[in-house]
Amino acid sequence: MNKQRLTGLIKKEFIQIIRDPSAIAIAFVMPVILLFIFGYGVSLDAHHVPVAIVVDQPTHESSEFIAGLNQSDYFTPQYFSSMSDAQQAVIAHQVNAILWLRDDFAKNLYQSKTAPISTLINGTDANNAHLIEGYLQGVWQVWLTQYATYHAKPFIIPVSTQSRIWFNPALRSRDYLVPGLIAVIMTLIGALLTALVVAREWERGTMEALMASPVSMSEILLGKLIPYFIMGMGGMLLSVALAVTLFHVPLRGSLFILLILSALFLLVALGMGLLISSIAKNQFVAGQIAIIVTFLPAFILSGFVFDIHSMPVPIQVITHIVAARYYVSILQTLFLAGDIWPILINNGIALLVMAIFFLGLTWRRSRKRLD
Amino acid sequence: MADIALHFNQVTKIFLKGKDHLTAIKQLSFSLKKGKVTGLLGPDGAGKSTLMRLAAQLLLPDEGTIQIVNQSNDTDSHTLSNSIGYMPQRFGLYEDLTVQENLNLYSDLHGLTDNERVNRQHELLKLTALGPFGGRRAGALSGGMKQKLGLACALLRAPQLLLLDEPTVGVDPIARRELWTIIQDLKKHHVTVLMSTAYFDEAEKCDDILLLHEGRLLEHKTPQQLIQRLHNRSFIVTHQTLTKRQLHESLRTREGIQDVRINTEGVRVLVDPQHIPIKNEQESWQPITSSFEDTFIDILGKNSIQHVTSANHSSPTDNNAIKDNHHTVIAVKNLNKLFGSFQAVKNITFSVRKGEIFGLLGANGAGKTTTFRMLCGLLPSSSGELFLDNIDMRHFSSEGRGRIGYVAQKFSLYGNLSCTQNLNFFAHAYGLKGDKKKERITWAINEFQLIDYLDMNTDNLPLGIKQRLALSCSLLHEPAILFLDEPTSGVDPIARREFWQRINLLAAQGVTILITTHYMDEAEYCDRLVLMSLGEILAQGTPAEIRAMTVTKEITHPTMEDAFIHLIESHEKDIRRAS
Repeated sequence: MNKQRLTGLIKKEFIQIIRDPSAIAIAFVMPVILLFIFGYGVSLDAHHVPVAIVVDQPTHESSEFIAGLNQSDYFTPQYFSSMSDAQQAVIAHQVNAILWLRDDFAKNLYQSKTAPISTLINGTDANNAHLIEGYLQGVWQVWLTQYATYHAKPFIIPVSTQSRIWFNPALRSRDYLVPGLIAVIMTLIGALLTALVVAREWERGTMEALMASPVSMSEILLGKLIPYFIMGMGGMLLSVALAVTLFHVPLRGSLFILLILSALFLLVALGMGLLISSIAKNQFVAGQIAIIVTFLPAFILSGFVFDIHSMPVPIQVITHIVAARYYVSILQTLFLAGDIWPILINNGIALLVMAIFFLGLTWRRSRKRLD
Repeated sequence: MADIALHFNQVTKIFLKGKDHLTAIKQLSFSLKKGKVTGLLGPDGAGKSTLMRLAAQLLLPDEGTIQIVNQSNDTDSHTLSNSIGYMPQRFGLYEDLTVQENLNLYSDLHGLTDNERVNRQHELLKLTALGPFGGRRAGALSGGMKQKLGLACALLRAPQLLLLDEPTVGVDPIARRELWTIIQDLKKHHVTVLMSTAYFDEAEKCDDILLLHEGRLLEHKTPQQLIQRLHNRSFIVTHQTLTKRQLHESLRTREGIQDVRINTEGVRVLVDPQHIPIKNEQESWQPITSSFEDTFIDILGKNSIQHVTSANHSSPTDNNAIKDNHHTVIAVKNLNKLFGSFQAVKNITFSVRKGEIFGLLGANGAGKTTTFRMLCGLLPSSSGELFLDNIDMRHFSSEGRGRIGYVAQKFSLYGNLSCTQNLNFFAHAYGLKGDKKKERITWAINEFQLIDYLDMNTDNLPLGIKQRLALSCSLLHEPAILFLDEPTSGVDPIARREFWQRINLLAAQGVTILITTHYMDEAEYCDRLVLMSLGEILAQGTPAEIRAMTVTKEITHPTMEDAFIHLIESHEKDIRRAS
């Protein structure tokens, strides 16, 4: 290892990063865009869901119930005089659900008969339909309890659930999406960008010229690792800063631990990027492989958007080889729960193993030869 | 061994391509003498680059040993690469980095101390005349300047052995001459140089020649020794009435003639040692000294030159069709092209007649490709008139484009399709259907002798075959005008000969041909040509007229290359004086 050669390579890499708009785009512009999309645009919560209300026979009780709906943050009621009108509204996507209080609403209520209201939910978006269903039931139960206590009637439902939500009491999806996104951003910089820049050296023939100089292979590898490690950590700090300041995501764990474990994940990503570029020596193929093997799994199989436990078992097994899975778990723990050591240590060990595996494999594969 | 710089001993290199074993180098043995310039020559796929990479220790031989400067094969490659300077085919420069930054990087990589660096860089910048361009990015340099920068980077550590892989491909004649000056200078410092090249006039400047064919060494001699074998076999033939091209056609098929080539004085002929060719009346045969290109053809060509025959049976000397049709096919008047504030083409005017071969010559960046693209309707002109067959090409009419065939610089073929698939695709793209399509594809396969390559992927074809396929694709729809943008760049001499034979035939059939080229000897094949520099036309006329323009006291019989360099240098001097 020669210091002069290594610094020469690192200097060169930074000049290229500064001059190459695509590197800047992947390292800084893409993360900001992704953060904004996921921070502002994508929300997995239902708020102000338009709901059609059809009341066959207005009574004191029915208007009390509807007033309860009106107060809720989750719904925006719209009134229709008949079921057919309301159904038209569902088809036209004006409302997502219909709440139908039949003419025997009050009567059934007094007699404690079952199903006094019927709900009809547009199931095209299954996820949303589930949420609406749950919310509607919540509203209904709250109203029932109030009604029972107010009228000193016997409580109709024998078991009542008392739910408390931990770690994310406001149930803001942003709070777990934004930390998970950091894993995606670091995969972009670590794997995709690195694979591309190394493949570019092969494509343009500069790698050949480098290899003909006295530089050693480990210097070439470190000359790539160090600059993109710095870039990746920069991208991560930028994302954390935006998450905390702009999106008000709490950071309950220690920043120091976050940095250590992020560095570990970044090494895994860099290892994958370098390995890909040692297989695919042109930018197009390297980019495709990097997206399919690293970026998409980080998005889909990491538990960042889709819960791993609700995946089919074979897919759950596959997620174990996705490094982002361990890192997303670390991120969500550190941001929302705090320093929960068993989780951090287990996932950290998994990352360490993967980092050693990928970097070791790259090291072994890289020889100072063209064939 | 004391005077040996590089020694190959029974070296074999095999590549694995899928399941196939491809033997690139077969039991090759040779030694390079210290302080000599050795040229490495051979057609495409001969294994030139592989040999270079083996010498640079970038590839390991499967068999045999390679020794460099008295160091054994297995010594530490670090110390080794300090004594070797290697310039890969595309110069290996970082295009985002400036000239100075590239030099700094390679200074670091070669471990130059601050003191050494200042001196050496200064020296090299002076040698390459790149001093004023230190702050310019390598990507913005012309081909010739990139080549010199690549060379400077390879020379930073004052290597004892310099390996140059096709340093002059795609570089104009002026830059090539400058490179040779630098190489001569290095020779004085006892640097051993091994360079591969496709230019034969360069081969003659070398001290020694390695001739490589299909991974085997055919010859290792001095250029003079190689030329000796052709004693009394080269002639210049002229004819009282026929044009050079017509004479070329008539000689080409004659018994006992091995090679025919058009040049400055007439038609250059290489005769078979056994046969004595029949000399026709009105022909005059003058013996001349053989060139190295003749040798190459003589050694390699016997088996590989395929005589092109026209499927149309139109006798090449039957030139009535041409004589009757002297009307103008391409008319360009005051054509301009601006890219922002940069004027790529400045007010050019020329016209081309039917059945003519018309050449566009110029250095890198002269505006040839831009002019071409405007003519083909691929790029709108900024101002001026442009007519193809009386169709105004400024309106991008598909009618106009249906009459032209275009072969782009890199052949625009689909690399992962087979020959047949490429032909089918282009036939479709030109709107050929049913029997007509079948007929034209069969024609292309026969005419261009593609039968052996039909199922091969285009990527795996040798460059010469690719060029044939590209030409056949562009002719499927029987265009009246054919545009060829540097079709012979990087193609070996044998393939180039075949190519020109085909072009001659096409012209004889009445197809109008516009061609750009870097090879000055090819300019002689053109009926008329324009010489462009910095977007302007410097000279226009037949090759003989253009050569006549540059006759001076010193150079009484200028070649096309002399004329080219003379005109461009005086033009650029004028511009510099003006600014």
